[in-house]
Amino acid sequence: MSLTSNQTILLLKEIGKTLEEHKTLLTELDGAIGDGDHGINMNKGFTAVTKKLDDIQTEDIGHILKTVGMTLVSNVGGASGPLYGTAFMKAAVVVAGKNEIDLHDFVKIMEEAVEGIKMRGKAVPGDKTMLDALEPAYNTLYQAVEENQPIEDILKKVKDAALQGVQYTEKIAAKKGRASYLGERSIGHQDPGAVSSYLILDTIYKTIRNIKD
Amino acid sequence: MVGLVIVSHCIEIAQGIRKLASQMTPEPVPIAIAAGTNDGRLGTNAEQVTRAINEVYSSEGVIILFDLGSALMSTELAVECLPEEQQKNVVILDAAIVEGAITAVVEISLNKNLKEIKDVLKDLSINKMN
Repeated sequence: MSLTSNQTILLLKEIGKTLEEHKTLLTELDGAIGDGDHGINMNKGFTAVTKKLDDIQTEDIGHILKTVGMTLVSNVGGASGPLYGTAFMKAAVVVAGKNEIDLHDFVKIMEEAVEGIKMRGKAVPGDKTMLDALEPAYNTLYQAVEENQPIEDILKKVKDAALQGVQYTEKIAAKKGRASYLGERSIGHQDPGAVSSYLILDTIYKTIRNIKD
Repeated sequence: MVGLVIVSHCIEIAQGIRKLASQMTPEPVPIAIAAGTNDGRLGTNAEQVTRAINEVYSSEGVIILFDLGSALMSTELAVECLPEEQQKNVVILDAAIVEGAITAVVEISLNKNLKEIKDVLKDLSINKMN
């Protein structure tokens, strides 16, 4: 199965809807241990993305992802702007010129996105950041695609791995971001960036499942 | 003259630092600020950092000081997006932002070059780039 440019745009807009629906949750999570703006920031960013995608004039999925990244960088005020922005801009490079993407492209997209986030945020797994959701999700994706599992199973496992990562962030103290100033007091709270990463992967799973049916 | 860019989450912090640092010298030193989001909330964004760099850029170089976390990420992103010949003249330093800005302005007003100022500011590093 592969995704066309239009389906990719649809998927990105669905991510925007999910983040809008969970705006309050993300902001509350961030309010507990951070600066309390993650929900607002993600919603602002993806609202701007949706608007841009409404009149985008290209079929090139690389160009589409690059536009998403640049829009996030300019419209999100918090750390998630440069982090997700870099992720999308790096991912854009591996699908440049493509009008259709498949699971193998998605593996490359995720690989670049995770690498980009590591480079930008200088975080490692265990720091209580979005990487704690994204890295296990990427590892799961890589392995399941190697094993040629059905796409729906793969994407379900990927979002489940991210969710486990989110739950793990609850048990550890933050070493990066504003929450790191709280030290041990950040234990007991989920990392909002990990939650937004999970929500994105969950939306990818649900949207692809619907497209497939 | 070397230019100075102050990147902060908060516009009042950036304006305050500029005010405080400008007091150190009778002749004006090029200082630009990038602070807050486009819609007036707390935060930083790379677009504003790019604009601030261009405001004070010359081939003599630009020093950028930042406050916390995402300020560094936005700054690095902005620098990576500059033309290559400009990138090598722009340095991001992790000096304590208030003390760093004051020291930088003094050094700039003495017409020190980029490397000399960088060396002085190294002593004020608070290790926030790792």
